[in-house]
Amino acid sequence: MADIAEPIDRDKLLDIYTRTMKVNRTDEKFRELLMQGKVAVMYYCVRGQELVSAAAMAALQDDDYVVCTYRGQGEQTAKGIPIEKWWGECLGKATGTCKGKGGTMHITDPDTGIMVTTGVVGSGIPIANGLAMASQNKGDGRVTLVSFGDGAANIGGFHEAMNMAQLYKLPVIFLCQNNRYGEHTAFADHTDSTSIAARADGYGMKGVRVDGNDVNAIYPAMADAVEHARSGKGPVLVEAMCYRMMGHFFGSDFSYMPQEHLAEMAAEDPLPKLRKVMLERQFTEEELDAIVATIDAEIDAAVQHALDAPLPDTDEIYKDVLEETA
Amino acid sequence: MAEITMTEALNKAIDEAMAEDDGVFCLGEDVSAKQGGGVFKVTSGLTEKYGEHRIRATPISETAIIGAAVGAALAGQRPIAEIMLMNFVGVCMDQIVNHAAKLRFMSGGQTPCPIVIRTTTGVGVGFGGQHSDMLEAWFAHVAGMHVVTPSNAADARGLMRAAIDANDPVVFIENILCYGLTSEDPGPGYRVPLGKAAVPKQGNDISLITYGRTVLDALEVAGELEKEGISVEVVDLRTIAPYDEETVLASVAKTGRALTLHEAVRPFGTGAEIAATIQEKCWDSLKGPVRRIGGTFSAVPFATHLEQAWIPTKQEIVDQIKASMGKM
Repeated sequence: MADIAEPIDRDKLLDIYTRTMKVNRTDEKFRELLMQGKVAVMYYCVRGQELVSAAAMAALQDDDYVVCTYRGQGEQTAKGIPIEKWWGECLGKATGTCKGKGGTMHITDPDTGIMVTTGVVGSGIPIANGLAMASQNKGDGRVTLVSFGDGAANIGGFHEAMNMAQLYKLPVIFLCQNNRYGEHTAFADHTDSTSIAARADGYGMKGVRVDGNDVNAIYPAMADAVEHARSGKGPVLVEAMCYRMMGHFFGSDFSYMPQEHLAEMAAEDPLPKLRKVMLERQFTEEELDAIVATIDAEIDAAVQHALDAPLPDTDEIYKDVLEETA
Repeated sequence: MAEITMTEALNKAIDEAMAEDDGVFCLGEDVSAKQGGGVFKVTSGLTEKYGEHRIRATPISETAIIGAAVGAALAGQRPIAEIMLMNFVGVCMDQIVNHAAKLRFMSGGQTPCPIVIRTTTGVGVGFGGQHSDMLEAWFAHVAGMHVVTPSNAADARGLMRAAIDANDPVVFIENILCYGLTSEDPGPGYRVPLGKAAVPKQGNDISLITYGRTVLDALEVAGELEKEGISVEVVDLRTIAPYDEETVLASVAKTGRALTLHEAVRPFGTGAEIAATIQEKCWDSLKGPVRRIGGTFSAVPFATHLEQAWIPTKQEIVDQIKASMGKM
């Protein structure tokens, strides 16, 4: 657990709150559209993990690289992806980040550093090393952050990438969002390890486990990891403990989660806890509500824009396969 | 002009690309000077010139190697990743197929992935079932990448430069038995464009379509049959996918007969795709069915006589050509 030497700067705290609510309101809106039948696409809910993504993105610079997964809405919106393009892509429209050809599982926006969203568990981890390797080769000072779940920590590529990153001291942060489930399998049922962060020792890497539901723990840990990587000391494995408060994907059954687990996660919900911290730090209810209202208005406009946007031309299936050469 | 071996040709192509562009770098197992410049010495002497960051010796971690190449390519670099032996692609297919090949398309063209994946293989050296396979068809079946293999040293130099220039992934297959082949050095800057076949021997009776090491067998057989009055045209694809359909079809339109030849196993091989295309597009020119030769449909065996029985032989090529000509 990171030491809290001093409280988070008030502007930074507001920044984290704003990013957190952006993630949360986007998630709420997506579920609403799915419930209403206005949209019918695969969507992996991020309820319960908003703060981890927001704190991680708030610790990065705008030009840092991010690699995320199908459950990547948090990183994408918190990093600042243009939301009209984000919604356009999720709805399979020509106005999307990927012209409707990637979809919810492959959101890509290099302008905001969202370099890869992979639909294959764990596959982003080795790719993050390559982005960081390029930064090391070029000396451009960027760091790369790759986000993945606890389930991904059991795939071979995780181990290969950890070992390689530490060997080369790559400026990369491995953010394991331990949401206690790998698809439908509980953490204790997919590994006998009690900690993913502890695996860092095996590679000679710095590893930290942190409470992902407490802004005063997760943000300093992320800021510290980013500083470690950026200063050339090498990679860090951060295990952020959090909860996936919904099923694996929208609409999927999660009756397999025991009652005690549901009660535990309700008590640890990061949103009321963050709100409490904000109020303690002298932000007013009105200020916080106004932030959410502004976010909602932006999301509503972006959703409408996406709903009204044209479909991609069917010719697109032949384009971007290989570079077009004259 | 001096002669160079295929190993030297590849080395020179990589060397000059690295000298011209700081973004070109190599990574793979045993590639740096500390390990002797690669198992087959292709990267020999480059660490001394460019340093260990640009000739990165990696752990034995194929997924991490290709993943790193993909990431570096997305950040604007031009990595040359080595998978020591082609069978080891089985370890990292996800990175190649789901990521390198698809990221351009899935991102709507935003993230092209210019990587070269160098890999070695070949039947005939006693390496057995997990170190010998030609697996080009696996990659030819995936949209979003090029598959290349040279049959001579000059092409190796030119294809490697073109592969490094390409803005998409290229699987570059080197045959172990071809490293020592010599050609006249085509010189600095030489490029063989991707997607262009060569016709190293003109002929009028049958088109023998092949690539890589079996081009040598094809040329030898063509020379022998010439003495018997059978005129074989040899087409060396050089780029296996996407291949030069125009050259293949023009050749078959001229000769009216076609035989495909590859070392890879015959079922579902690239020869089947080429044969099907010829039959669709050259039906009216054909004087008989398109024939195919490939390796035996089993694992590559170890014992020398078994391995030689497994691999397509020159006699088999002669027999298939004569059968096509109605001379058997």
